[in-house]
Amino acid sequence: MSTKVGIVVFPGSNCEQDCAKVFGEMGAEPVMVWHADDALPDVDIVVLPGGFAHGDYLRTGALARFSPIMSAVQRHAESGGLTIGICNGFQVLCEAGMLPGALRKNAGLKFLCKWVDLEVVDADSPFTSRATQGQVLRIPINHFEGNWYCEDSVLQGLQERGQILLRYADNPNGSLAAVAGIMNEDKTVFGLMPHPERACEAVLGSEDGRLILGSMIDHVSAKAGV
Amino acid sequence: MTITASLHRDLGLTDDEFEQICERLGRDPSYTELAMFSVMWSEHCSYKSSRIHLKKLPTEGAHILVGPGEGAGIIEVAPGVSVAWKAESHNHPSFVEPFNGAATGVGGIVRDILSMGARPIALMDPLRFGPLDDARTRYLVDGVVHGISSYGNSIGVPTVGGEAVFEDCYAENNLVNVACLGVIEHKLMHGRAEGPGNIAILIGSSTGRDGIGGASVLASAEFDETSDEKRPSVQVGDPFSEKLLIEACLELIRDDLIVGLQDLGAGGISCPTSEMTSKAGTGMRVNIDNVHRREPGMEPFEVMISESQERMLVVVEPRHVDAVLAVCTKWEIEANAIGEIVASDRVEIISEGAVVADVPAHALAEEGPVYTRPLARPSWIDELQASPSGDTAPASLESAFMAVLSSPNVASKRWIWEQYDHMIFLGTLLGPGGDAAVIRLPGTEVRVAITCDGPGRYCYLDPYEGARLAVAEAARNVACVGATPLAITNCLNFGNPEKEDVMWQFSETIRGMSDACLRLGTPVTGGNVSFYNETKGRAIYPTPVIGMLGSVPAEAQVRGLAFPTEDEAIVLVGTTDPADFGGSEYAKVVNGTVGGRPPHLDLDKEAALIAFLAHANGSITSSHDLSGGGLCIALTESAIAGGKGFTLDAAGDHTALFSESPSRAIVTCPKNLVGDVIAIAERAGTTALTIGTVGGAELDFGAFSVPLEAAMSAFEGALPNTLSSNIQ
Amino acid sequence: MPFVATVNVMLKDGIADPQGQTIERALPALGFSGVADVRVGKRIRLAVDAADEQEAREQVQQMCERLLSNPVIESYEVTLES
Repeated sequence: MSTKVGIVVFPGSNCEQDCAKVFGEMGAEPVMVWHADDALPDVDIVVLPGGFAHGDYLRTGALARFSPIMSAVQRHAESGGLTIGICNGFQVLCEAGMLPGALRKNAGLKFLCKWVDLEVVDADSPFTSRATQGQVLRIPINHFEGNWYCEDSVLQGLQERGQILLRYADNPNGSLAAVAGIMNEDKTVFGLMPHPERACEAVLGSEDGRLILGSMIDHVSAKAGV
Repeated sequence: MTITASLHRDLGLTDDEFEQICERLGRDPSYTELAMFSVMWSEHCSYKSSRIHLKKLPTEGAHILVGPGEGAGIIEVAPGVSVAWKAESHNHPSFVEPFNGAATGVGGIVRDILSMGARPIALMDPLRFGPLDDARTRYLVDGVVHGISSYGNSIGVPTVGGEAVFEDCYAENNLVNVACLGVIEHKLMHGRAEGPGNIAILIGSSTGRDGIGGASVLASAEFDETSDEKRPSVQVGDPFSEKLLIEACLELIRDDLIVGLQDLGAGGISCPTSEMTSKAGTGMRVNIDNVHRREPGMEPFEVMISESQERMLVVVEPRHVDAVLAVCTKWEIEANAIGEIVASDRVEIISEGAVVADVPAHALAEEGPVYTRPLARPSWIDELQASPSGDTAPASLESAFMAVLSSPNVASKRWIWEQYDHMIFLGTLLGPGGDAAVIRLPGTEVRVAITCDGPGRYCYLDPYEGARLAVAEAARNVACVGATPLAITNCLNFGNPEKEDVMWQFSETIRGMSDACLRLGTPVTGGNVSFYNETKGRAIYPTPVIGMLGSVPAEAQVRGLAFPTEDEAIVLVGTTDPADFGGSEYAKVVNGTVGGRPPHLDLDKEAALIAFLAHANGSITSSHDLSGGGLCIALTESAIAGGKGFTLDAAGDHTALFSESPSRAIVTCPKNLVGDVIAIAERAGTTALTIGTVGGAELDFGAFSVPLEAAMSAFEGALPNTLSSNIQ
Repeated sequence: MPFVATVNVMLKDGIADPQGQTIERALPALGFSGVADVRVGKRIRLAVDAADEQEAREQVQQMCERLLSNPVIESYEVTLES
């Protein structure tokens, strides 16, 4: 039985088709979920894709967190289902309080679309198990507000509990501690600014994104096998 | 509102045009009618100065499904797979307010593509500014790039390339052109209001006073000191609404709910109501009380010509009206039935129960004045062509090389394109920074190449030759990445058409473009003319920007410009004429000269090079066209992109290194294939010569040598070093 | 009673404000000396109907907490006019 992936579409999302294509090519079964629905279909993984949900007006992710589907996403996470927020999806997760911190404008005050190197800080997670600790992944970023911040005490807790999964090798946006991706304490919710779905094909420049998305599929399959 | 004797002049209509309107109507126009005519008969909407010339362009070809005259040209790129391709300008609005001017330029071209039923999938932005040592120019560059980035990224359409040229003549008149590629997703649509009894529904943003007469006012007159007062005419873009509009329209087409659609651009509601009916031979009765508005107290004429952004008009059978409204509700965009298609040939506008306009649709849309503007070859052109081309040898070859490499026209544009999302849709096989972008169409393995080229300096020296060179370079660029050139769109940027020399430049450009397109087999599928690019009587260089579309054959490899492998041979294909310095980057940067004649182009040689690039597909590992800066710059760009140096076999002088002869490319191949490559070139009708070897950490030109690192930092650093110091 | 509320949202003290820093660097180049502590924020104006000023203020403060500001990085100030 293939892994079912629910991709949440907010008005203004724009990476949902890319995510569906890549998950489909990896053998999973993607299904689009409209933000105004208040229940999720039967899915193993929820994706909050990149884009500009609600135009990113007011603040990135600020309005999307109030979409009806978000309560269901929260319940999905609480019951152990995996959720990944990519770029704008990460911003939504932070606004919704499902991940700590906030994303500010890039330190250089420019939108940045470029390939970056990411260091895998922790490979012991459902989101990085296919990688090895210290491995360098080549995955592009594409954002204006990717400058992650949290209070010192929060950062310390994240580091102690191994919740920081990815760091930038060459911090492009000024993120605190060069953080590129973090997960929650329960290891069910992962948010990252880089776009793994853009790095799943050699002709596009890298296949390293498959290590992240594939880890999630592995996790679901392993659970189903138990 | 009463009509005074001179009102039409205030609206930009001539006395003669006013007479023609009265004749068409058989009476004096109402105020609303006059306003509608003023926008529909403006230069921007009616092409009144350019039409007789544009008719001379070749527009037909086996793969051209829709030519000029619709929202965008449609080209079949593979059996059953069609794309829309079109360029537009937003020059004047972007000079007045760079962020919103550029942003709404993107919005406008995207709706043009959408109006054909195509999903917009790639953008290109050819830009022209004054020199970067001016603070106002840096402000414009920053604002324009930010505007494109903000709008394009938000609507989720990748910006995969473009141009940035810096030249004195654009200091008071920047050019902000934009081209968009779309792919027909469900079916090809036409902007026709077929079927009396059908309903016209206005969908998208509300209508306000923003941009009243915007495009028509701003783009149809010269600039002067009062241009700042025109600021309220600039529209504010809302990319979020545009994104919703794209998704809603494509869903309406997918579900077969609409008969036709058209975007509202320049001319506002006046445009689709008249054009869609004129094309279908119908009429429309429009009740503008139903137009959703963002401010109270708008006069009927304001509603009719407002250029508020992010709006489309769709024509719907009555039985589908509810379904159409439901789709719009789902996408959270407003939609209101504003009119009915009628079996007359008139556009009738009703406001608060009264008919405020009643005009033959054809008169508005198709019967605008057509001018045969006087033209004359200017006397200054002889003097200019007789002046030195700037080919004098430099004091130091190495210094000349470094100066040309770090000239903003040659240097890396990464500072610009890294602000654009160029990857979304997972189809950008080759992105910005190369000869052309290669896009894999969503859901298929079909690959197309697109590029934009507009060598203004060449066109200034000789508009006929310059236009031929523009088409040739664009074709060469798509051939370099492995594609076959198929068709062009264009954006023709010129000065004031009421001046004889500008009109001569225009007609020569059309003649040159026409000759080159015929010889290279690339018909013109449409485009845009932007006149009045003059400030205080000083015109820009005539700048035809050619947007070339090519398709990559199924079996062909996509090739980049980067040197891929150490120890491969570098082969120069084509012949270098040591005299080709007129309008060159070397002449401008090293000798401070723009004069003489542009490089000599033989279209047969160009076709031969293009044939070679196709036939050599299996043998060569990279290819790069030679253009601005000549051979030494092409070699350096390939070296930087590949992270590998090179050694030339023989030391060339400045003519070998900097001449800008067209119809040339450098290619690489394994050394054992050099013989094959040369044979393929000769069979194709061109020449080829091994000139060096890839490898090492030096750019060894024989006569001098530069570390790859040093070249890279000059090339990559030029723009950020200048622009990042600017006030953000 | 109708009230007009003005909400000023600012980055919290101590949070880096690159926009403010850039402006601060730019102003001396334009001849303005002695400029310091530039911070960039946003102002939101809205009309609200409430029984009295107390209720209006509470409503707007809740809006700020839940939507108009992000408490992780932003602080806010509300002023009311009837």
